[in-house]
Amino acid sequence: MGGVSKFMCDAVDVEPHVLNDFDREVDAIRALLGARKVMSVDELRRGIEAIPEADYLRLSYYQRWIRSITDNMLARGVFSEAELRAALEDTK
Amino acid sequence: MSTLLETPSDRLLAAVRQLLTAKGVMTHDEIAERIRITDAASPAQGARMVARAWTDPAYRARMLADGAKAAEEMDIPMRGMPPLGVLEDTAEQHNLVVCTLCSCYPRAVLGYPPFWFKSAAYRARAVRDPRGLLLEFGTVLPAEVKLRVVDSTADYRWMVLPLRPAGTEGWSAAQLAAIVREGDMIGTTFPRLP
Amino acid sequence: MSALLAPGTVVRVRDDWPETRGPCHIRTPHYLRGARGVVEKHLGAFANPEELAFARPAKVLNLYHVRFVPAAIWPDAGGDALVVELFESWLEAAA
Repeated sequence: MGGVSKFMCDAVDVEPHVLNDFDREVDAIRALLGARKVMSVDELRRGIEAIPEADYLRLSYYQRWIRSITDNMLARGVFSEAELRAALEDTK
Repeated sequence: MSTLLETPSDRLLAAVRQLLTAKGVMTHDEIAERIRITDAASPAQGARMVARAWTDPAYRARMLADGAKAAEEMDIPMRGMPPLGVLEDTAEQHNLVVCTLCSCYPRAVLGYPPFWFKSAAYRARAVRDPRGLLLEFGTVLPAEVKLRVVDSTADYRWMVLPLRPAGTEGWSAAQLAAIVREGDMIGTTFPRLP
Repeated sequence: MSALLAPGTVVRVRDDWPETRGPCHIRTPHYLRGARGVVEKHLGAFANPEELAFARPAKVLNLYHVRFVPAAIWPDAGGDALVVELFESWLEAAA
């Protein structure tokens, strides 16, 4: 992002934004995965960078994180795509 | 890349939570405990370090040499945290911290990063238009003060040790800590009297 | 790891763009590729994030604080100095 021209005229939103329960839980899961060496912060960042730009700009900060975490869990084989599909069915 | 990643985020979280707990990677209690720990870290921690550095020259020297050790000395938990570097403001030079690549933030001493720190506008402009950026925080940097921007790109986390404001002579460390805000330790604002 | 660079050493950030060659994770900002800077301080040695990002075995590399002149990177730059953490693998001797 450093020095990127298209953002140079954007004002900074300096107002406080309170985190919601979703944000705090994603943050906590990330911290636990890091502490347990299941996923490094570098893997988290790589997964965020892998999000297509249109999605990246649409998603909130912690929405990007849960997407990267899921991506990394699949890549590491912590759970499979079939398991994820089944678990997502349960959330409907 | 799996198309399942495009599922709405709240459902992704619910599924990931279910799978990670079912597989024993973590428990619900551990997640709740971690949220409590992270919620407890706040700018008040960094403010205590700044106030002590203003009143104790030996501590100031130790803090500039190794921020993490200086934090531990103040009973701030640093285990498992990245190294902490401290950037010293002087009458001639002011420091401003940004992470242009993501949003690296000295969480152990300042808590969750504020919204603006994570925004594209802040991350893009801090390195190229830092004086214009500071104006949006209501901060006017005198022309004769040099502005040094630190882009936090790797393993360190950085906090600013700001100048002690005039008019605080004789104040206790607790009184001083009360006037040090989040932005004062990132460099977007200066500590000021209430 | 290579021999330590002393503070004051003039270096150049490699003008390399691994992003154009496939999946990677690079902690050296785009805006610095090819830029000249001065080593300010050795910060320690850390595992290479370019490997860690893919859960691969990572070499330990020296990490430096390197200072740049913002006006040499952007003609409209407003700051006086820009200091960035960079791994030794991205630094080469300045010509």
